[in-house]
Amino acid sequence: MSLERFQYDNRIVKNFVFASLFWAVIGMLVGLLLAFQLYLPVLNAEVPWLTFGRLRPIHTNAVIFAFVGNNIFAGVYYSMQRLLKARVYSDMLSKIHFWGWQIMIVFAALSLFLGYTTSKEYAELEWPLDIAITGLWVVFGANLIGTIAKRRERHLYVAIWFYLATFVTVAVLHIVNSFELPVNFTKSYSAYSGVQDALVQWWYGHNAVAFFLTTPILGLMYYFLPKAANRPVFSYRLSIIHFWALIFIYIWAGPHHLLYTALPDWAQTLGTVFSIMLIAPSWGGMLNGLLTLRGAWDRVRDDAVLKFMVVAITCYGMATLEGPLLSLKNLNAIAHYTDWIPAHVHVGTLGWNGFMAFGVFYWLIPRLFDTPMYSKKLMNVHFWIGTLGIIFWVLPMYFAGFMQSLMWKEFAADGSLVYGNFLETVTQIIPMYILRSLGGSMYIIGLFIMIYNVWRTVAKGKLVPTEEAEAPALTKTYKKHAGEHWHRLIERKPVQLTIFATVAILIGGIIEIIPMIKVESNIPKISTVKPYTPLELEGRDLYIREGCNNCHSQMVRPFRSETERYGEYSKAGEYVYDHPHLWGSKRTGPDLHRVGAKYPHSWHYEHMLEPDNMSPGSIMPAYPWFFTDDLDVSQTVAKMETLKKLGVPYTEEEIANANQLRDTQAQEIADELNKSDDINITKDKEIISLIAYLQRLGTDIKASKN
Amino acid sequence: MLKYIKQHMETIDGIEIYPLISFVIFFLFFIGVGIYAWRTKKSFADRMSNLPLE
Repeated sequence: MSLERFQYDNRIVKNFVFASLFWAVIGMLVGLLLAFQLYLPVLNAEVPWLTFGRLRPIHTNAVIFAFVGNNIFAGVYYSMQRLLKARVYSDMLSKIHFWGWQIMIVFAALSLFLGYTTSKEYAELEWPLDIAITGLWVVFGANLIGTIAKRRERHLYVAIWFYLATFVTVAVLHIVNSFELPVNFTKSYSAYSGVQDALVQWWYGHNAVAFFLTTPILGLMYYFLPKAANRPVFSYRLSIIHFWALIFIYIWAGPHHLLYTALPDWAQTLGTVFSIMLIAPSWGGMLNGLLTLRGAWDRVRDDAVLKFMVVAITCYGMATLEGPLLSLKNLNAIAHYTDWIPAHVHVGTLGWNGFMAFGVFYWLIPRLFDTPMYSKKLMNVHFWIGTLGIIFWVLPMYFAGFMQSLMWKEFAADGSLVYGNFLETVTQIIPMYILRSLGGSMYIIGLFIMIYNVWRTVAKGKLVPTEEAEAPALTKTYKKHAGEHWHRLIERKPVQLTIFATVAILIGGIIEIIPMIKVESNIPKISTVKPYTPLELEGRDLYIREGCNNCHSQMVRPFRSETERYGEYSKAGEYVYDHPHLWGSKRTGPDLHRVGAKYPHSWHYEHMLEPDNMSPGSIMPAYPWFFTDDLDVSQTVAKMETLKKLGVPYTEEEIANANQLRDTQAQEIADELNKSDDINITKDKEIISLIAYLQRLGTDIKASKN
Repeated sequence: MLKYIKQHMETIDGIEIYPLISFVIFFLFFIGVGIYAWRTKKSFADRMSNLPLE
């Protein structure tokens, strides 16, 4: 059999490594600024694009899709060439993929700064960028599948399965969750409303964690850990079970983000059950990783790459035990909406994703530049300061979350809330916020140390742009072994593997989502719930633009502690015209679902102008531009027409008179406000529509009681 | 078309079947994967797990 000579492309790997590190710095610095803003609200600077609500999605998107995204692509392009014994399918596609992804990130950041957002977590980007992402993802998939097609190794190693499953599932998630109807180039409304939108969103949100932050990284683990430890994976059989079990079960677990909400009970239960089952494959994978180091643990003491990977895999194990536990209703009742959740998430992102990326990069860079790392000592310093950074980040947040939740739920002997003022529960945990920013700073200092180390290494080495390799060509016909098992067939037939994986991930999604979207009685109609008025609709879009949902939920859970604090618990039927839903996932400030008619207009006016005046010690940013900027009214009619197409029952008459209706309501609010001595406002300012929206929230049911 | 889809299932009667279906699919799926992993030949597993090290 003749050997074929070919070359691996290292240049594309290097590009993705550098891009990943670059965006890591940006994404984490934004995160650090957010951490500081939470106890120094002055850092919001009264500038729209610097406020917490707009920056938070930039942080999450940057670290997920830019830092980890580029890390995934670097690892996939390096490992798939070697596992498949073939050069990347197309250098041109690699280039388009690389530059397209970076340009998309820049546009994404710009659009979020400007307040163009769908408000759906980790899917905030507006529809033109959604389409661009889809195109780039197809380019990535074409390169992956094309390389598989011209491989010289018949059987696909388990890492490649993880890559394929990632490609297919992210595509499905992204497309289904991004169904939206454009109003214009920068604005769209989700095709789903209320409860359905929430379910689809968290099916997506949960599985973005599963199939963007987990499965591709597990693929990297199955390749780079054996490489770094220089020994084969502990159990290949276990890796097969790990793969199928993980992708099959993960997809079901989304509803655990919506426990105790207005989501129907059966869907909540399904989410909980499958979350608990997830422990098995997750820990199977973790043990498979850690046991790969059997007999090599002495090397962990000297080798920083292994240290990073061991901590990463341990964090994976911790986060994947904690996640299922958090999806038990009794624990979720305590943790949900508190800082416990960011703590849980950051064990995963700082520990698993960050440290896995650092480990892989420290292993890759000496090979890409044909020289050892500049300083082993600095690698160790990075490891320790990073590890301490993680601990300083998460421990205060666990404490803060637990403490605040207990305060929310504490009743005095007379049956009243001990901490009736939400703000009191916030000011108590400020010291924890300060400690958290210390942890974040340490983690970022570690990153800078790494970048210095990488820079010195690159300076003394020389890029190996291509690497020579040789392997026999695949024979056209494959002779089956006697008694061959069916799975062997899948392992050498990527198309069948992909189809099986797709079926596995679709089953869970279909069983959960289809009945939800189709079955009418899932969401009992409430006759008094009416669509938003034109002015309220505009106010709601301001709420979305400023990212208010990043700190305020709109979902009162059926607990006495919540009905006592906020009012009647939220019903599914109240959200039927909410495209998209704005339930939120974190209460840095109080829930707003029953805020309507709670305060006079003037309270909201003063509060948005200077939160500290109305609530001394408040950490909310001020929004002075609401008072100087005119509301953009050019799209009111287009917005209503778009919503009508999505099923919101606006009448022809309402749409025809939209501008007049809006102005009349605005004038009423302005008149009411101007009764106060110190207020002088015209009806065309943004604040008027925001007040209209806030005063409407949750009042449809109140009205029915009267 | 949209009407057909939207009015296809209008009540939640019989939803109990969902957890049952889920369990059956889950159970069969894992029996299948388990059997496969158990029947994988050691020589093949060894060869596959050494792929990254080649």
